[in-house]
Amino acid sequence: MSHISPVIWQFLVKWMTNFAIIPPEASKIASEMDALLFFMTLVSLFGLTVVIILLVTFSSLYSRERHPVAEQIEGSTLLEATWTIIPLGLFLVMFVWGATIYFRVFTPPPNAMKIYVVGKQWMWKAEHPGGQHEINALHVPTGQPVELILISQDVFHSFSVPAFRVKREAIPGRYNTVWFEATAPGTYHLFCTQYCGTAHSVMGGDVVVQTPEDYQKWLAQSTSGTSLAQNGERIFSSLSCAACHNDRPDARGPNLANVYGAKLPLANGRTAVVDDEFLRNAILNPSQHLTEGYAPIMPTYQGQISEEGIISLIEYIKNLDSNYRIQQTMTTPDLLPESHGKAAPAAQGVK
Amino acid sequence: MSTDTIVKLPDQATARMPKVSYLNKEHGILSWLLTGDHKRIAMLYLISLTFFFFIGGAMAGLIRLELLTPQSDLMAMDTYNKVFTMHGVIMIFFFLVPSVPATLGNFLIPMMIGAKDLALPKINLLSWYLYMAGGALALYAMITGGVDTGWTFTTPLSTHYVNTNVITTGLAAFIAGFSSIFTGLNFIVTIHRMRAPGMTWFRLPLYVWSHYAASVLMVLGTPVVAIAIVLVALERTIGIGVFDPTKGGDPLLFQHLFWFYSHPAVYIMILPGMGVVSEVVSTFSRKRVFGYTAVAFSSVAIAIFGFFVWAHHMYIMGLSNYSALLFSLLTMLVAVPSAIKIFNWAFTLYKGSITFETPMLYAFGFMGLFTIGGLTGVFLGVSGTDIHLTETYFIVAHFHFVMVGGMLMAFLAGIHFWWPKMTGRMYPEKISQLAAVTTFIGFNFTFFPQFMLGMLGMPRRYASYPAEFQILNVFSTAGASVLGVGYLLPVLYLVWSLKYGAIAGNNPWQATGLEWQTQSPPLTENFEKLPIVDHDAYDYEWLERQNQIQASEVSSVR
Ligand code: HEC
Ligand SMILES: [Cu+2]
Ligand SMILES: [Cu+2]
Repeated sequence: MSHISPVIWQFLVKWMTNFAIIPPEASKIASEMDALLFFMTLVSLFGLTVVIILLVTFSSLYSRERHPVAEQIEGSTLLEATWTIIPLGLFLVMFVWGATIYFRVFTPPPNAMKIYVVGKQWMWKAEHPGGQHEINALHVPTGQPVELILISQDVFHSFSVPAFRVKREAIPGRYNTVWFEATAPGTYHLFCTQYCGTAHSVMGGDVVVQTPEDYQKWLAQSTSGTSLAQNGERIFSSLSCAACHNDRPDARGPNLANVYGAKLPLANGRTAVVDDEFLRNAILNPSQHLTEGYAPIMPTYQGQISEEGIISLIEYIKNLDSNYRIQQTMTTPDLLPESHGKAAPAAQGVK
Repeated sequence: MSTDTIVKLPDQATARMPKVSYLNKEHGILSWLLTGDHKRIAMLYLISLTFFFFIGGAMAGLIRLELLTPQSDLMAMDTYNKVFTMHGVIMIFFFLVPSVPATLGNFLIPMMIGAKDLALPKINLLSWYLYMAGGALALYAMITGGVDTGWTFTTPLSTHYVNTNVITTGLAAFIAGFSSIFTGLNFIVTIHRMRAPGMTWFRLPLYVWSHYAASVLMVLGTPVVAIAIVLVALERTIGIGVFDPTKGGDPLLFQHLFWFYSHPAVYIMILPGMGVVSEVVSTFSRKRVFGYTAVAFSSVAIAIFGFFVWAHHMYIMGLSNYSALLFSLLTMLVAVPSAIKIFNWAFTLYKGSITFETPMLYAFGFMGLFTIGGLTGVFLGVSGTDIHLTETYFIVAHFHFVMVGGMLMAFLAGIHFWWPKMTGRMYPEKISQLAAVTTFIGFNFTFFPQFMLGMLGMPRRYASYPAEFQILNVFSTAGASVLGVGYLLPVLYLVWSLKYGAIAGNNPWQATGLEWQTQSPPLTENFEKLPIVDHDAYDYEWLERQNQIQASEVSSVR
């Protein structure tokens, strides 16, 4: 092989030894996605082969040398029907199969652990409910469904983890969700795949999948000391939301305790289910869906709270039951600095 | 492969170029710049399109060079973003959309239906000027700092976050859009009103059907993208807020408007190419196109369904699951007419008498590459698999297979096929066959690795990428240099042939279209006397009889 340039030779060796056609499978959905991709690739190869065989055989059988005079043929309804129905049938199989995967990827199970992700030029910020912040990284445990709630602070971004076969756009002004259940511990690529300006190609990092034990350790090491909900409580009081929203009988605004998940009657006669999206809108565009029985006096907080702040407020309202004091019901209360050494109480009042 | 040929040229010793033709009827630069002749306008387009193609191609070269290494080292990230944006803008708005319709369509539609010109010659000239104005503006935007929004002008990036020449470039696309609306309008009117006596709808060459379908898309789709561009400009300048969520706008609205045009736009680009392939495949297998009506109606079906699938570009952006379901189903339906066409072309070869001149080689290339492009499109139309593949190199490879492997191959097939008609001279056969094969090989080397990169998850529009993707990128760049040679060759030998090519005579391919039954290059008014049509398209027996009549006339004169 000495006559082959060593560079090319090394190059080929490197390629053959690293050869891969799919990324590692690190989530539950990955193998299902790959099964469909495999099926579709087979069907495509079959279709392509049929076309090539037809072209090559006809070209050689009916070349001008072998077949000097063409026979005029009008067409054939039977053949026409064949190559309409067979591709259509195959495409429909792919469509149904694909749709089941699509529905799964974008319908998070109710027991999923929620992590908020904010995209901004040019970084991903992950906010764990326990108060862990990460930039351009995401730590998740295996064996536990994880729901990402994505939003962008500026332009469109797209959160892509090829090893999970999962991708979702983070767009400004609304929450998008996606979920996955990681299966194999390891470090995988995290990309931003929606073009978002100058540093688009370096907006990404690592997704670190850990065993549940390692993950617990990581949570403990990385805690900021304040859970999202606690942070939300702080914002709630610093923006004087409590001036109107409190549990006093003369309160000017509705009581927000237990509002999350409730069906709220609106002034326009409809009802709305209170979810993250609704809460975000209630804070930023209060006039848009007025709650029944209240005057439109709530000011808009557009431009005054960051996306992370809104997320904290939402977490706060979510966890609110009666006394406008956030009940510390996080999964990791025992890991917070002030509770170190104490036994983890099921619920603990926070100062 | 057989080396047999159908080419029938006049005796080169005695043959002369026609004394009078559209090329020499009038002289001087003004006679070109003020012409109303559809053939001269087609030539103006051909020259300007080629110019823009090579500018866009140079950008592609820069992209591939940058991607040779994982780091962004050849140019700054911002520069890279500008380069791929301008590559997309120029190739789509100033090459692919006008390519076949504005050149070959302009030249051939009137001739194929037996008319003297398009219905609205002045509008036709106007559309060239609009195209040039748009093109000049795009170049101006490029030279004075460029633009880095991507050709998709995604909001709010384009409205609030970049400070490059967004409005100038948008205006350029806007003006070019009007050029294509006018071209489409002109074709529709012409095909309705100017057909020669006896040229019924079902005697039209399939080329005309495909242009008709594409024209409908141009006329109905382009205004929507024009509106979207205007809204972007208004949002950028006075902040009207239609796309801005903080003002109650919806950023997804832009996506809907943009793709409502840009999905049909891919059919604007590919349908005329399909028309070329129908003509070429029929001519070089001496056979009527198999299932003429199926092919004709599949063009119409594509045009209709093409308007109802745009949201397949938005599956992961936050559509409701059920609209994704619907758009995915409709996308499956629009894939079928393309499959029908492929099989009909393949069966046109059946029991034909086939030769393999350059246009036919390009048409074969088209059929192979378009099949791959179409099938991989299904991967992206299926909602589930799209999640993994969208926004990666898979999508880049897919649309380059369709647009470059399909459309550009068809364009080159058509240019070679009608070159003798347009110029009166043959191109040199051997070297052009070599160019066709080179393009095919270079193309596959360039874009096939990109499918693999996409499967592996490499995102598109990345100036730098993880090192493990380098090897496939090197393959791709190597292929692109071969491809570049494949595209340069035709420019050289086609120019050469203008002076030295063999004199073609009226009908070197023995083709049946009306355009071949008149002198090459044609008279300004196309036909000495207006043809009366009494036969179907692709009637080779009619051509045979015609040739016999002529032969006997010649001998009786003697
Ligand atoms: C001036 C009084 C006032 C202030 C200050 C105020 N709100 Fe409100 N808020 C209201 C009223 C009145 C309503 C009901 C009418 C409506 O929907 O606008 C309301 C409704 C809401 C709702 C909708 C849920 C429901 O039960 O109706 C949410 C959520 C909410 N506010 C959160 C907040 C938050 C968070 C803040 C602080 C950042 C805040 N509000 C500050 C008066 C206020
Ligand atoms: Cu991004
Ligand atoms: Cu599309």
